[in-house]
Formats: sequence, structure tokens, C-alpha cells
Amino acid sequence: MSAAADRSPQAERRDEGLRFYQTGTFAVGGRLLAEHQRTVQSQPRRPSSLTKGHRACQGCGEALGARYALDAALRAAGGRLIAANATGCLEVFSSPYPESSWQLPWIHSLFANAPAVASGIAAALRAKGREDVRVVGQGGDGGTVDIGLACLSGMFERHDDVLYICYDNQAYMNTGVQRSAATPPGARTATTEPLGGHPGNDFGQGKSAPLIALAHEIPYVATATVAELHDLEAKVARAMEIRGPRYLHLLVPCPLGWGSEPSETILIARLAKESGLFPVFEAIDGAIHAVAKIRRQVPVREYLRRQRRYAHLFADGGREDVIDRLQAAADRNIVRFGLLEGSAPLAGDLLGAPAPGELDDLSGAQAP
Amino acid sequence: MAEQIEASVAIATAVARCRPEVLCAYPITPQTHIVEALSRMVRAGDLAPCEMVNVESEYSACSVAIGASAAGARAYTATASQGLLYMAEALFNAAGLGLPIVMTVANRALGAPINIWNDHSDALAVRDCGFIQLYAADNQEAIDMHILAFRIAEQLSLPVMVCMDGYVLTHAIEPLELPSQEQVDSFLPPFAPRQILDPDEPMTIGAMVGPEAFTEVRYLAHLRQQEALDAIPALAQELSERTGRACGGLLSGYRTSDAALVVVAMGSVLGTLEVLIDEMRGEGLSVGALAIKTFRPFPRAEVAAALGGAARILVLERAIAIGAGGVLTDSVRWALGARQTPLHTVIAGLGGRPITRRSLRPVLEAAATGGLGELHFLDLRQDLVDRELARCRSSARPGPHAEAILREIGIVGAGPV
Ligand SMILES: Cc1ncc(C[n+]2csc(CCOP(=O)(O)OP(=O)(O)O)c2C)c(N)n1
Ligand code: SF4
Ligand SMILES: [Mg+2]
Repeated sequence: MSAAADRSPQAERRDEGLRFYQTGTFAVGGRLLAEHQRTVQSQPRRPSSLTKGHRACQGCGEALGARYALDAALRAAGGRLIAANATGCLEVFSSPYPESSWQLPWIHSLFANAPAVASGIAAALRAKGREDVRVVGQGGDGGTVDIGLACLSGMFERHDDVLYICYDNQAYMNTGVQRSAATPPGARTATTEPLGGHPGNDFGQGKSAPLIALAHEIPYVATATVAELHDLEAKVARAMEIRGPRYLHLLVPCPLGWGSEPSETILIARLAKESGLFPVFEAIDGAIHAVAKIRRQVPVREYLRRQRRYAHLFADGGREDVIDRLQAAADRNIVRFGLLEGSAPLAGDLLGAPAPGELDDLSGAQAP
Repeated sequence: MAEQIEASVAIATAVARCRPEVLCAYPITPQTHIVEALSRMVRAGDLAPCEMVNVESEYSACSVAIGASAAGARAYTATASQGLLYMAEALFNAAGLGLPIVMTVANRALGAPINIWNDHSDALAVRDCGFIQLYAADNQEAIDMHILAFRIAEQLSLPVMVCMDGYVLTHAIEPLELPSQEQVDSFLPPFAPRQILDPDEPMTIGAMVGPEAFTEVRYLAHLRQQEALDAIPALAQELSERTGRACGGLLSGYRTSDAALVVVAMGSVLGTLEVLIDEMRGEGLSVGALAIKTFRPFPRAEVAAALGGAARILVLERAIAIGAGGVLTDSVRWALGARQTPLHTVIAGLGGRPITRRSLRPVLEAAATGGLGELHFLDLRQDLVDRELARCRSSARPGPHAEAILREIGIVGAGPV
């Protein structure tokens, strides 16, 4: 590795006072940047993990995210990378025989077992002394957060040398947009129709896989979106410098499931982050050490109104109450994760423990 | 030279001599002693290079084996009962992908009611998953079958289950011969995978296939198992030549050639049967036993030939196909083709109930003289069943059968002896 690669491009840019924001363009060229700071995709001899011919919908965030993430991982691994993929859109659109789009060794076994298959590959490589070959496990939010969670947790706690990437499009897309535990409240899916007074998906349910990963105190946990591809690549590169279990949770808008314009995938991902609904952070050894600050804060309705899965919140009469609750959720994230310039994440809050001094005294409480 | 050893430890040693590279398992009685022994060997550095992965479920155990095998490592796991069913989806997947994983199944009943003792319900429930299934009649055979299993698996690129009766075999301490490292090495070459996840030759494994090719792919899987019908006896013979004893195979007959009544069975009950058959032969009764050692693929032609001279057949089943009867029975009947040999199914030894000569003898005698029905339950306490049925009729909420029956018998926590 070159000396320059010892520091992340992001850190270097910070030092130089230069920040890279993507605006209305899909280009990730960065002619303003030094050669070594440019994205993997802008390299003339970039790796190409997921190549042409796949069948993802137009504007699919998952296809984009997978390509950027895996190309960055391939580069970091010097081309020596094996991927284990869960069942789901990514698997189906990329692989049907004989038209696989994968240019790296790739295996699909089942829906729930991608982390365990990846663990098995890692164990085989360890037994064979093949330290040079690295392993990625990947799947959708359903395959990761719901049905695959036990395998994922096992992979984390055993400290297996796997980078696991969850492509979060917030529902079971491959089976026709049903609710998963990553579906946000208020969203309409095929199993959370806004009927009978329900707001779409109900409030008070679901779970945060990144925080669950954090609680395992694994060496690396990060979230990212396809709106900030430099950030995504930098996180993959950083994750690949570490051995042991690593988790990357990537928000990938799905035009089909979200009812959004294919041309607005990047915009919508950015609004998810800029509204505070999707906090972008990075954690090392169980502690958050960096968050992506909100650059231009937007009210959640700016994010919501571009997606037909939230159309019922705006239709006749609308559901201001639901929009307010979603705004409150975003505001809570903003405080909790310290998403505004000049603020910091709440100490002790992220794993649910109150900050010191706020601790309730339970000594007099009745035993349950 | 035979040594006095617990069978589970002997199996672990045999597996270790096959030089596995990845071991993964989740604890379940009565498989635990095998895995514990292997774990000790890995930790002590006696089995190297080898990775032991302590997974969080059987589903993961099979999945780790899938990943390891696809990455070119010799992979082994062991389970039983609930654990085997918890793996079900991954079993079909491993077989469909053609990954030569070897697995021990320490056969145990399936709940509810939960029961840790031996029968064959677990392995038979997944009989069609695509694994080759070998059933050991005794512990020496179980040891040899494991060595055979790795060779069969890798030669055919198919996973293999070695089924051995839980407790009856796994926990027995007896003199057993362990093939030496040299014997195993000369029989089992290093794993040369037919497909491998390799960055130098990237390939896509496990992608989707539609109706255009699915039937052919399945048919080829079936053909591969048919090939095993030739490969298994040949490899068993090859191993026998090294060890100097019979080492598994498709079938083995005990005094069947001239037997009027042939008892067909799998697993450790064969030992009991052989002793009983000797006794009954001494009394002039023409009885023999046919051991099915390979249940998948089912050796149809060989079974048909072995039963060619039988006037009557008794299939002794250590499992029940609820709502139908016997499992092995169906296959035996299929093997007989158009032959109308009278066939009796006897369900025995469920959930660890011992199958004794005393109980078997009258059943065999009845079968020999045509006095046995088509479906018989060995040692079934009809009086208890009748009283329980009556009790249930008199109450809208009668509660669990198991509880009521144990109250009637007056013992809790043990089967009838
Ligand atoms: C055990 C099992 N249950 C259910 C399914 C059906 N299934 C296949 S893909 C899928 C949805 C995948 O959702 P997600 O993981 O979020 O990925 P996405 O398609 O949204 O990218 C489901 C439910 C399956 N293949 N296996
Ligand atoms: S349904 Fe969504 S995730 Fe699936 S291919 Fe289409 S856009 Fe991508
Ligand atoms: Mg999804």
C-alpha cells in the first residue's frame, strides 16, 4: 500500500479544507482532486464487480450501491475478493444463469444465511492460509435485519473476518414490496396499506441494524447512502483495512417500491440524510467516532412528498399528525447523533443508557 | 488393533484422520460428544490446519459448511433430530450446489413431545434432500462409513450423511478399530473440488434457473445419486482391502439366501436381529435379515435381488410416517415391482424404546406364519391407548396425552424397560 492510502481520501480532503459534495450530477469524476483522491469509478483501470447486462429497474439504488461498494472493496483487496449474496433483488437481477453480471467469485445460497456462508468462506481461507483473499457478505434489509439477523449476529460475535453490506431499500422488494423490520413508520407497502386509520407502517416497530451491530462492539460499523459515493467508497476502503467483522448499512432508494422517479434516486437518498431521517455515521470498536453533518437541513416533508409510498400522507386532508411524528423522529436523530454542525452525539445515549447524572435511581423500585 | 473407546470419540478421531479443514457444529444431544472431541483436537493443535466454527444454530452450521466447501475446504458437521430439521433448507441447498459436505446424524426422535432418544424420524424426514444417506449397523461400521463418506462425497461432488443411532451407538464404549492415518491417507486423496470460489477464475455459483433447465438439472442430480450405486460398493471394497474388514456398502444380508421370511431394517437393530435369527434358525425357522446400509440412493435392484427368494417380508421401521405407516416400506415395495410378496410393516423403537428379542420373536413368528397384519406397532400398550381415548372422549380439554399416559404407568422420565 502506498503511503497516501494510509490515510483515507476523506481525511486528506478534510485536512486540505476541501469537501466534495455531489450536486445534481451522477458524475463522480472530481477533476478538482488529486489523482489518489479520486473515486474508484473515475480510475481508467477501475475494477468492475457488477458489469452490464443485469436486470435492475431503472434508477435502482441497490445496483448502484452494490457496484460502488464492491468495486471499492475489490480495489482494497487487490482484486482478491469473494462475495456471498443473500436471496433478494440484488441476487435475482444480477445473476440468472447464464447471464451473470458478476466479475468476481460469487455465491448465492439462501435468503437467511449469507453471513454464515461468508463465515464459512473466511474459515476455509484461514485454514488454507489464504490471507490475501477477502470476503464480503451482502443482502437486502429483509435478508439482513429480519431473517438473517441470527446468522449476522453469530458472524459478528465470533469475530469472523467478513465485511457485511446491507442494502437497505426498506422493504422486501423482490417479493413485491412487503414490510420488513427496516420499513419506516408511515410508509405504505403491500402489507402496510394505510387502511382503517393505520398511518401506513405503524409507529413503534422496527429496529436499527446498525445500532444492533454497534452493540456487538465489532471493529467497524458505518452507515452510508448512495447520495455520497465518495463517502461510501472511503468507508469501504477503511473497513477493508480492518480484519474481523465489519458492517456497512447502505441506504438504497428503490424507485419501484418507494414510488419515486428513477431520476431522483440520488436526490432522495440525499434528502433522507439531510432531513435527519437516516443518520450517516461511522463507529469503531463500538463507539461512534464520526457523523456526516447535515449540510442543508430540509423538513421531512421534502423527502416524503417525492415518494408515492407516502402519498396518503398528503392526499385529501392528509395526515399532518403522521408527518409531525416523522419530523419528530428526524429531530430526535439530529439530537441523538449530533447531526448539526457544532453538535456531538449524545454521550451514552446510543445504546439506550441515559447520560451520567440522568440515571434514574431504581433502588426503591418494586421488583417486577 | 482394537481399543476400548467411546464411539463418539472414535468417530471424532476417524473424522480427524480424514483431515477436515473446516468443522462447524451446534450442540444437540446425542451428537455432542463427537463435536466436543473434535473441538479438543483443534484447540490442542492436534488437528491442523483446521478451523472450528462454533456457530449459533444448525442452520448456520450447514451454511458455514456450504461456504467452506464452496471455497475448496473439506467441511464436516454433525447434528441430530431438531437440529437436522432446523438445517432443512440448507441441506437441500448444499446438495443442489453439489458440495461434498460430510455430516454425522446421531439419530434421534423428533418432537413434540420432545424426546432425546433414538429413532430414525430425523434423517428420514429429510431423505429427499439430495444427501447420500448411509446407516451404520454398529460402531465399527460407523467409523468406516465416515472415511468412506468423504471419499464418496468428493468423488461424486455430493454431500453425505452418516446416520448412526443416538446413544445406542454414539454413547457405547467398546473395542473399536481405528484406521491408521496412513490407511486413511492412502484411501482419501486431498480434496480436489469440482467448483471453487477463486479470484483467479471467478465463477457464479447458485444463481437462479428457470423451467427451461430446472428439470434437467434435477435429473442430473438424480443420475449422480444413481452413480453412487456403483461407486459405493466399489469404494467400500477398496476400503475393506485396506482395513481387512467389511466397510459399509449398499446392503448386507444375514442368512437371507434361503430365508422364507426376510426382515428388512436399518441401523443398530441389526445386531439384535442377527442374534434372534440365529436362535430361531436353531429352532428350524427359516428367517434372515437384510440390512439397508445405503438408503439414499435407494438400491432398488439390489434390494429386489436380495428379496428374490423371500416368501414373506417384514420391514422393521424405526420411524413412523404419520397418516401412512412406514417410510422404508414404501421403498421396499417399490423395489419389489410387480411381485406380490406379502409384506408387513412393524413400527418399533420410537423415541428410544428398546427393541428386544423377547418382543420381536412373537412378531417374527406371526409374520412367518401369515398371522401378522400389514401394520403392527411393536410393544404398543393398547390398554393404555384405549383408556386414553376414553378419557379424551369424556373431556373437552383433556390436556397432553403424554402426561396422562405417564400418570397411568406411574413412572416419569423413563421409558418402559
Ligand atoms: C426462507 C425464505 N423465505 C422467503 C423467501 C422469499 N423471498 C425471497 S427474496 C425476498 C425479499 C428480499 O427482501 P430484501 O432482503 O429486503 O431484499 P430486496 O429484494 O428488497 O433487495 C423474500 C421474502 C425466500 N427466498 N426464502
Ligand atoms: S425493485 Fe427496487 S431494489 Fe429491486 S431492482 Fe427494482 S429498483 Fe432495484
Ligand atoms: Mg429490501
